[in-house]
Amino acid sequence: MTYRSNFLIMISCAALMTSIVWAIDAEPELESPTLQARYRLLINEIRCLVCQNQSIADSNAPLASDLRREVREMITGGSTDKEITTFLVARYGDFVLYRPPFNARTWVLWGAPLLFLGVGFLVFVRILRVRGNQPIDEGEGM
Amino acid sequence: MSRYLIPLMILGVLAIFFARGLTLNPGYVPSPLIGKEAPSFKLPRLKDPSLTLGSEDMLGKLSLLNVWATWCVGCRQEHQYLNELAQNNVIPIYGLNWKDDRVAAVNWLNTLGDPYVASAFDGDGRVAIDWGVYGAPETFLIGQDGSVIYKHIAPLTNEIWEMEFLPLIQKHCQKFSCSSGDLE
Repeated sequence: MTYRSNFLIMISCAALMTSIVWAIDAEPELESPTLQARYRLLINEIRCLVCQNQSIADSNAPLASDLRREVREMITGGSTDKEITTFLVARYGDFVLYRPPFNARTWVLWGAPLLFLGVGFLVFVRILRVRGNQPIDEGEGM
Repeated sequence: MSRYLIPLMILGVLAIFFARGLTLNPGYVPSPLIGKEAPSFKLPRLKDPSLTLGSEDMLGKLSLLNVWATWCVGCRQEHQYLNELAQNNVIPIYGLNWKDDRVAAVNWLNTLGDPYVASAFDGDGRVAIDWGVYGAPETFLIGQDGSVIYKHIAPLTNEIWEMEFLPLIQKHCQKFSCSSGDLE
């Protein structure tokens, strides 16, 4: 086998995979492009609880397809995004959203990056201080 | 000495986070329905579609709602235990047959035994969404006032029944005084 034929096989595999990706949401697009855009955005924000690291847009689990149907129907029925996420959170909890709301249960989750940034900043300042106190020609260059 | 203090503190915090995070079961998502009124539903029964089964039928007594399907391996695992609960009249069990084939489901009950007072047939899974179902088998403990007391996700076993369900039932019955037939 040459590199060339290997390459061709890889390309065709990749092409096959994209067709699988597109086949996940088998439903036809919504008539209104605005609604379709909202639908696409929403289903990418909702976690599939069966396969938790996939959104319901990415998952072909039966539950994901049921939830897509639910979102689709609510969108065409005139529900706002807020109403749809509230509907899902009431049933599945905050975990169903990839961006859960800031509340008593999630403040650590949202606060942790800031905390780590703060800790990193303190460590940085400390290192600068230690270095600043050293005579230049004796500095080891940590 | 103090130069080791900060790394040690960071290590300590990380150890606490990992000890907690790595022992949690990511497959278990707590239900927001606990303590609230059970979602109302009315569906055709599995065995006789001309009859309905709904949340109203479950009022007035402690009961279980068990979400099952013939495609669900865990449901088969727990089925024998559900049969035992039913035979010993421990608690009435209602079934929610989730996204299943009606013929296959009836056949399953005929061959493995039917522990259910009745099963509702939720072919398109809409009622299951209202109940926040995501992985069968799931078992809800429903109070006589129609509130959701507890939800167990995974096959039901005697151990889980005694460790998780019984204490909650006892606590619930202290508050609402259950009739004698409700539980052992």
